[in-house]
Amino acid sequence: MADPVIRFRDVSKVFRRPNGRGDLLAVDKLSFEVAPGEIVAVLGKTGCGKSTMFNLVAGLIEPTSGEVAVSGHNPFRDFEAFRGKIGIVFQGDRLMPWRTALANVLLGLEILDTDPKQAQKVARGWLERLGLGGHENDYPHALSGGMRQRVSIARAFAVEPQLLLCDEPFSALDEMTARDLRKEFVRLVRQNGKTAVFITHQISEAMEIGDRVLVCHRPARIAFEARMDREAPAGTRLEIQEKIMEVLSLEAGAGG
Amino acid sequence: MNDNLHLTRLLQATASTLVMIGLWQIASLFFPPYLFPPVPDIVSRTVGILLSWPLLAEVLLTAARIFAGLLGAFVLGCMMAVAIGRSPRIESYITPILVFLQGIPALSWVVIAIIWFHGIEFRIFFIMVMTTLPAFTFQILDAFRSMSKDLFEMTMSFRPRRWTLFRVLIVPTIVPGILTAWKVNLGNAARVVVVAELVGATGGVGYELLRQQQLFDMAGAIAWTLQLVLFVLVVQQTINAIEGWALRYRAVSERAI
Repeated sequence: MADPVIRFRDVSKVFRRPNGRGDLLAVDKLSFEVAPGEIVAVLGKTGCGKSTMFNLVAGLIEPTSGEVAVSGHNPFRDFEAFRGKIGIVFQGDRLMPWRTALANVLLGLEILDTDPKQAQKVARGWLERLGLGGHENDYPHALSGGMRQRVSIARAFAVEPQLLLCDEPFSALDEMTARDLRKEFVRLVRQNGKTAVFITHQISEAMEIGDRVLVCHRPARIAFEARMDREAPAGTRLEIQEKIMEVLSLEAGAGG
Repeated sequence: MNDNLHLTRLLQATASTLVMIGLWQIASLFFPPYLFPPVPDIVSRTVGILLSWPLLAEVLLTAARIFAGLLGAFVLGCMMAVAIGRSPRIESYITPILVFLQGIPALSWVVIAIIWFHGIEFRIFFIMVMTTLPAFTFQILDAFRSMSKDLFEMTMSFRPRRWTLFRVLIVPTIVPGILTAWKVNLGNAARVVVVAELVGATGGVGYELLRQQQLFDMAGAIAWTLQLVLFVLVVQQTINAIEGWALRYRAVSERAI
């Protein structure tokens, strides 16, 4: 078996609350692996520590104990090693308001010192693929929520990352737009042979996107794991869905 | 719609200025010229300064002093803001000093500069820097701290080099704050430079104002004052134009506040 792209080994993360109000355990001895080319959906209630887990993979925060490895490197400490290796689609679009749609997609390519002509070609290509042709010179305020999120997806894909991380990227969109973008996202990940971690609090979204679904309880630890077989009969999928609901309902005291 | 609004505002500003000029002209009919000189006299003296190279050079000298002082304070303010932003310990040492400096009147700096330094230009530069430095530092620091955490994390996810991070995120974030700081400090600097020149210089608008006072020449005093006002207006408009270009991405609501 190929080396995992992501490996969590007994990872814990404790946040110190301000004003001496004690510590908050957000992730508790979490262990899991993600294989190359796999799409893993991480599912859990709001406040269960999914985003903390996400930030640990992205290298935005450091674990209090345990080991996080992405492609064999520490994502927090080996800052340079991950240049252009991770693409992130955040919950909000996080577009720079002073940059046009095209310039926002160009951001990662600029940081990677890509040849400007080549970068323009790549960025325009991604905007076109995501149905934003003709909006290259629009500023974010002139785009709808769905269009902005498409720009942020294009920005993440444009750098050709090995790993894609998505933190509830479609949660603020209407159902129709979210459904279209979900399909588009899965198609792009498969077509480009990426590995992806998709964080969500919606069971249907996790089951639709993930090859594997990890259900988290608070503080983030895996309470249930299911492998999704797309060829499986509807009954089997329904069983998995019921099991997930049961596991989620078992969690006491999680925020809504 | 916006064009109409601009035109209305321009007409309103013109109307209020004309009323003020009219009232002054009426007052000149009832009072001696050393109190209220006629408007045509003031206009001719003002234009005379602009058309005479030796007199215009005095205005330009003051303008150069303002720019030099502001530039000095801006560079120092940037350095201090970066130092404070990077270290809470430095902040706890420097901030009280800056707050203390803010409380010192410009006139006190004039006296201190005259006692401490011999060179006229350095005296004025010192006064300008000391009076505008705290505001520059705090405004740049505020602009830096208002940087969005979300955008910072998003940019960091691409692992930029330090210089690239500065170019793609920090500069665009702090530009609005820097432009505001320049606009605010320009007005302050124009007032302070006159005081500094009035007491400690042998040239410039402030020195010329002192001469007009000694001659009891009100038309001259107003004409020299107007040079400074004109200078500030021109620079403010230039900064506004730069601001309009740099912040062109901002959405504008059709409804006014």
